[in-house]
Amino acid sequence: MNSLAVYRRLVGARVRSDLQYRTSFFMFLAGQVLVGGADFLAIVVIFGRVDSLSGWSAFDVAFLYGLSGVGFGLGDLLVSQVETASDHIKAGTFDAFLVRPLGSLWQLAGMEFAPRRLGRAVQPFVVLAIALTRLDIDWTVPHVVLLPVSLLSGFAIYSAIWVLTSSVSFWTVETQELANSFTYGGNTLTSYPVDVFGGVLQRIVIFVVPVAFVAYFPAVELLDKPMPFGLPRFVAWLGPVVAAILVLAARGIWRLALRHYRSTGS
Amino acid sequence: MASDALITLDHVAKTFVVRVRAGRLRRTKRVVHAVDDISFAITQGSMIGYIGPNGAGKSTTVKMLIGILTPSAGSVRVAGLDPSRARTDVARHIGVVFGQRTQLWWDLPLRDSFDLLRHVYGVAVDRHAENLTRYIDILDLGAFLDTPVRQLSLGQRMRGELAAALLHDPEILFLDEPTIGLDLVSKEAVRTFLRELNDERGITVLLTTHDLVDVERLCDRLLIIDHGHVIEDGSVNDIKARYGGERTLVVDLEEPSAPLDIDGAEVVQVDGPRQWLRFRRDGLTAAQLLAAVSSRAAVRDIAIEETAIEDVVRRIYDGADPRQ
Repeated sequence: MNSLAVYRRLVGARVRSDLQYRTSFFMFLAGQVLVGGADFLAIVVIFGRVDSLSGWSAFDVAFLYGLSGVGFGLGDLLVSQVETASDHIKAGTFDAFLVRPLGSLWQLAGMEFAPRRLGRAVQPFVVLAIALTRLDIDWTVPHVVLLPVSLLSGFAIYSAIWVLTSSVSFWTVETQELANSFTYGGNTLTSYPVDVFGGVLQRIVIFVVPVAFVAYFPAVELLDKPMPFGLPRFVAWLGPVVAAILVLAARGIWRLALRHYRSTGS
Repeated sequence: MASDALITLDHVAKTFVVRVRAGRLRRTKRVVHAVDDISFAITQGSMIGYIGPNGAGKSTTVKMLIGILTPSAGSVRVAGLDPSRARTDVARHIGVVFGQRTQLWWDLPLRDSFDLLRHVYGVAVDRHAENLTRYIDILDLGAFLDTPVRQLSLGQRMRGELAAALLHDPEILFLDEPTIGLDLVSKEAVRTFLRELNDERGITVLLTTHDLVDVERLCDRLLIIDHGHVIEDGSVNDIKARYGGERTLVVDLEEPSAPLDIDGAEVVQVDGPRQWLRFRRDGLTAAQLLAAVSSRAAVRDIAIEETAIEDVVRRIYDGADPRQ
């Protein structure tokens, strides 16, 4: 894993660079903590008015929110910066990533690392931890395994979606909003039980942005709720499968994108 | 094509499809041939000037050699590898300096960039230290190693870029406009450094430039391209001889005289006792012409003006025929 070691060096360099502008660094960090908190506040407010949502209690939803948020937060912190490919292509600076003996994704993720996102990544961990202490989950061996597997699969799925949407910028340059609707939109949707949404939105969460596989279905299993749409209970275990498919697809599309890379004039 | 070539291009082409708006919604496709059937080989240790007007296809060629762009047709080999398929392997064999874009970490001290590149290229610690000491010395980087790159002057930064591109001991160095925007002293420092690097380490250098002094001072071979084709390939002197076949003998006579009438030479200008006689390299020798002048008038002083490479290249860009 030499690439990983170099990635860590690049992240370190980026943190040192950002700390050159100390005040703005810490203000951004604080801002991100607030944004994350406000997000969760919305859920708290909803439960101030209703006791349960489609049979889900406040802590059930907090658990779901944490399960989805941790994977999203890790992807946001460690991988989402690959979307800056679009800016580099526009500015003509993407070439520099292609003359070094290291994969361009490693370089982008490392060199564009944004430490301020730490503020947003920490908060779902806290929510998840609180929910876990309050919920009565039957900790059988499969359940103990399912929790970290789902978190890692979530991280992989969100990361793959970021890479996929960033690949599009090699063909057409304005893609940031498309990427955001998949990732941020996906995370917002999975913070609620899928069955509170209407039919179309449910299908989007499950099939288009398959994040239900890393948060909702595992939560159904762990919290011993009925599987929706009469689905078999093993779908709770499909997270890693979906993640593997998406990661392979992202890898292939990114390579294809690089072959289509046109660079800029001069 | 020489089998010991370090770089070969065999019938390489690169086309881009550009969509042009035609009317409100309709867009038509137009195919641009940025590089159109280019073949050449470069042997180890040569120093090549790759020149051509803007939009001729220089950068496109270089980007295919580096592996940034995939050729539409033909084959490219760099150090025995196909750059578009084995880009990261090729990267270990080459160093790249873009004159106008930095490869260094902007907000960090120059020293940090060198250290990061050691990890990116996986260079052994002692080898890196040895190279670094050497380049700090030759390029005189010591005074600003701890200065953030964003605070360096362009000349200092360019020296830093050169060191950064060479720390992993590449066999080939690609330079894109290495002296652009530099003052005269910095330009000279960069040229001297490149000359020494080529002489002492046998590193192969391919540079694209608009500065023909770079070419004249550095390159043993010139490739001139236009409209995606190689239109000239040879040593600087060969190309000068072919296009700049004419030289001018400037004579200062003892007395002002009528324009001298000599076979094979033409008086192009008269200024008092000074006359300019243009003659072809393949017609008269300078000595024969001088003898002919002396037999007609008393000569006080002479000078011969060679055609500058700038004039030659301007004529080539204008589509001159070498036989004219």
